[in-house]
Order: sequence, then structure tokens, then C-alpha cells
Amino acid sequence: MEKEKFHIVVMSGDMDKVLAAFILATTSASMGMDVTMFFTFWGLNVLRKKKITSGKNILQKLMNFMNRGGADRLPLSKFNMLGMGPVMMKVLMKQSKVPGISEFIKTAKDLGVKFVACTTTFSFMGFEKDDFIEGVDSYAGAATFLAGARESKMSYFI
Amino acid sequence: MKADVTLDCFGLLCPMPIIETGKKIKELNSGQVLEVLATDEGIKSDMPAWCKTTGNECLGVEEHDGEFRAYVKKAS
Repeated sequence: MEKEKFHIVVMSGDMDKVLAAFILATTSASMGMDVTMFFTFWGLNVLRKKKITSGKNILQKLMNFMNRGGADRLPLSKFNMLGMGPVMMKVLMKQSKVPGISEFIKTAKDLGVKFVACTTTFSFMGFEKDDFIEGVDSYAGAATFLAGARESKMSYFI
Repeated sequence: MKADVTLDCFGLLCPMPIIETGKKIKELNSGQVLEVLATDEGIKSDMPAWCKTTGNECLGVEEHDGEFRAYVKKAS
């Protein structure tokens, strides 16, 4: 029997929203669904390695310096307070044994969740494939997501 | 209730008990019963829901003093 499909767009790069996306992705994968996460715009920060900056021209380098990547340094959508909010939130999560985004990435990969990175954001931000973690399965555009979403029972935009 | 395998998820919050159940159930043979120990109340509703979707049988969720024991029989 073919598995039910679930497609999620991860547009947000905020820790709280990305956490919600990963909770749904890993749980649905453990419920036997075929899950694809499509990362675009700020969401690509989740898949970026920790680097000082990246990009090809000066504007991209400046933008990517301000818009830092890395699953462990995503800001909160509220009460970010120059990075103090995420630090406090991570302590609270650890106290309750809630996995962080990096651990969720690993769990998602173990459960066979597919990661797709948006080629448009990738190009205008001047990223290279080396800027991204190993778990990225493919680089694709809107039509790939829509074709998958059409066949999915559920598709979310976070 | 008697179980073949016990999975300790005490102290873990949603969705970790379900994720761990999904991993553990793969190690069981069909017809065997998995007991999941948890303190997250969500399991009362989440385990039957997970079973309904995956086709495994939820034999029940017992509650004693804020501790939950969920029983899952692996489908064939």
C-alpha cells in the first residue's frame, strides 16, 4: 500500500515555528506517512551550517552575516530580546527534555523525512551547496512542492 | 496487563513518547504487546490516535498517580 503523503513548507526561520514544523513532521513520519519538508526563505537558515557569512557578492555577504544560519541559533518569533529569549527557551526545553532543533533534524532523518531546499532563495542569497548540512535530499522549486502537495492528504505552510 | 516489552518514556513530553513508540514497535513481532510508561498526559489521547493511524491495536491506557501505562499490540 502506498503511504499517505504530508508536505510542509517551512518558510519561517523562527525557532518556535520550526519546532512546531518538526514536531508534526517527525510524528507523522512515525505514524507511517511519507513526509517532505520544503524549506524556503528564512526557513533555509535551519539547514545552513554555522558560518560567519556566505554569498557571492558584497550585499549577499552582508545579508547573510546579519541573517545567520544554523539550527542552534534560530531566533524566537516573540521575546527574542537580542538572543536572550532563545537562550532562556532552550534552558526551559532542556529542563523538560524537549529536544532542540538539531536533535529534531536527526530524528527526522532517522524516520526518513525528506528535506528539500528552495532553489530561488538559494540563488538570490548566493548560497552554495557547501553552506548546507548533509541532510538536504534535493534542491527544487515551487512546482515540485505543488506536485507533491497535490498528492498529499495534508499540506501545511509554516 | 502483561507486556512483552516495556518502554520507559517517563519525563518525556509530546511527541517524544510517540516517536519512541514508533521506533520500538519495529523491534517487536506481530502480536507482541508493548508497554509504554509516560508522564505526559497527552498520551491518553495520542496513543489511541497513533494506533488508529498505524493499524496497531491500542489495548488501553492506564493511569495511576500521574503515571500512564499505554499498551500497544503490534499488528501483523
